[in-house]
Amino acid sequence: MNKIKSLDDLRKMKQNLSSDISIREKSNNPEKMVQIRVAMATCGIAAGAREVMNTFLEKIEKDSLPIVVTQGGCMGYCYAEPTVEVKVPGKDPVVFGHVDSKVALEIVDKYIVKGELIDGILPVNYQTIQEKA
Amino acid sequence: MNDLAMHILDIVQNSISAGAKWIEITVIEDIIRDILSIIIKDNGKGMSPEAVKKVTDPYFTSRTTRKVGLGIPLLKQTAIQTGGDVTIESQLGVGTTVRADFGYSNIDRPPLGDLANAYILLLSANPDLNMVLNYSCNENTYSISTDEIKEALDDVPLNDPSVVKLLNDMVRSNILDIQSLADN
Repeated sequence: MNKIKSLDDLRKMKQNLSSDISIREKSNNPEKMVQIRVAMATCGIAAGAREVMNTFLEKIEKDSLPIVVTQGGCMGYCYAEPTVEVKVPGKDPVVFGHVDSKVALEIVDKYIVKGELIDGILPVNYQTIQEKA
Repeated sequence: MNDLAMHILDIVQNSISAGAKWIEITVIEDIIRDILSIIIKDNGKGMSPEAVKKVTDPYFTSRTTRKVGLGIPLLKQTAIQTGGDVTIESQLGVGTTVRADFGYSNIDRPPLGDLANAYILLLSANPDLNMVLNYSCNENTYSISTDEIKEALDDVPLNDPSVVKLLNDMVRSNILDIQSLADN
């Protein structure tokens, strides 16, 4: 792939991008997509949320998975940062604590793709961030 | 916070919470004058003069999930350690400008870190806002904004991981170019 340097390069890339994305976009209904929300407040960032976010993005890009990654605020679980909220369609949202790059890959491979439960789930005593917003 | 890019990620979240539709991130590496400045300007709801006085207090926060707010205090601490400071200007209904100055060559100044990544993460997570980045190193400047990228990409979603990767590489290589100009 040619190196993209300017907005003109971006314009030229648009066609290729659109076809790449269309696979993911087929289910461009947020309700039907898996949603990953990485908590990115001061506590999260200081604990390494940026690396976790980048790991998710790289993994999803590599495997072309129908997953949206967004950023959230602090949910009060500062002790367990970085925290990640995963919402699989049809299931209750789950919050994972102490997530690093390794756990992030595990969340995608095991929890999201295979539906297995993994360690690190924080107890549910909150409403989803969306309801709050 | 390991690098200044993390502080940027953090401080911009304040602008987003303040309902800003336009956020301008300016980073100036002035090696000649030995100053590194980060200026984050937004058109959010702004703060009252009383609130501006209180934001550097770690026990002040507008959120309800916890009782401390460390974003600005941590930034201020780092800036002061390097012989700089943080200044905040804000007007209710108009917006806020946070400016942090650091001693460029000071041993306590954290590295800038991955500015391109911080910017693109913010941009892709908030595609509805116009996020502007101005990066200068000595006399050269690189600028980019959400609106320009959107115009170039039409309806391609900015939060798609493959787009994020592409934009990341684009902004990063431009920043590296500006930095290498300064090295020569």
